[in-house]
Amino acid sequence: MTMRTPLGRVRGLGSAKSGTEHFWRQRLTAVANIPLVIAGVVIVLSLLGRNHAATAQILGSPLIAIVMLLFVFSVVYHMRIGMQVVIEDYVHEEKLKLVLLMLNTFYAVAVGLAAAFAILKLSFGV
Amino acid sequence: MAETKIPSPVHRPLSPHLSIYRWPITMTMSIAHRITGSGLYFGTLLLAWWLVAVASGPNAFATFQAVASSFIGRLVLFGYTWALTHHMLGGVRHLIWDTIHGLDPGDREWLARATLFGSIALTIVLWIVAYFFTGGLRS
Repeated sequence: MTMRTPLGRVRGLGSAKSGTEHFWRQRLTAVANIPLVIAGVVIVLSLLGRNHAATAQILGSPLIAIVMLLFVFSVVYHMRIGMQVVIEDYVHEEKLKLVLLMLNTFYAVAVGLAAAFAILKLSFGV
Repeated sequence: MAETKIPSPVHRPLSPHLSIYRWPITMTMSIAHRITGSGLYFGTLLLAWWLVAVASGPNAFATFQAVASSFIGRLVLFGYTWALTHHMLGGVRHLIWDTIHGLDPGDREWLARATLFGSIALTIVLWIVAYFFTGGLRS
């Protein structure tokens, strides 16, 4: 049996001084998502029933494109750290957990990049 | 890490867990927040598909339109709308809790009900707007 006190055992193993970063970014993107999702829903609703040319033109106009890019970035960031928590909560097998955490980031980056690329392409009109 | 095992001869009382309580609405809304969040996670793929389809050209756009306006497509989009409004209202509820307000039993039950009925009402309103005030019927 060790003679070290409980405090002595944990000293130096504690907080990496970044413990609230995840919590903070979750809230930051959550707050950002409120106006951005409302704007995104209004944009989608106003585009319903329009043909391809009109949809492409409206989505590519600077103001709409900027709002959509902000929307995509905030939403993708928020969903990545949200899914990370879900994985950490329910997957206890270490290797599988690491694989899923990696896939989570790959998925978020790929979806976010695809959406952002599409918006930029429409906006720059090439 | 064997060193860190603390011998505990004292059997302390355990706090009651999920199986002990009657199932309250706050618990349902808590898990619903996770489920809707996970649904939206995969639903973002639809958003990306839509944007890429518009950027790709009329043919890709027509394919997306055909899938989205099919019965299954509309069902998925309806579910997506509800997940979005539910997760947003649930998120606002969490932001209120972050300010240490609304945590009393009456308040949190009220907030849970407001999240549920508010999201259903918002979903229906959005679809009425989509069908009757914008071009939803034409697509």
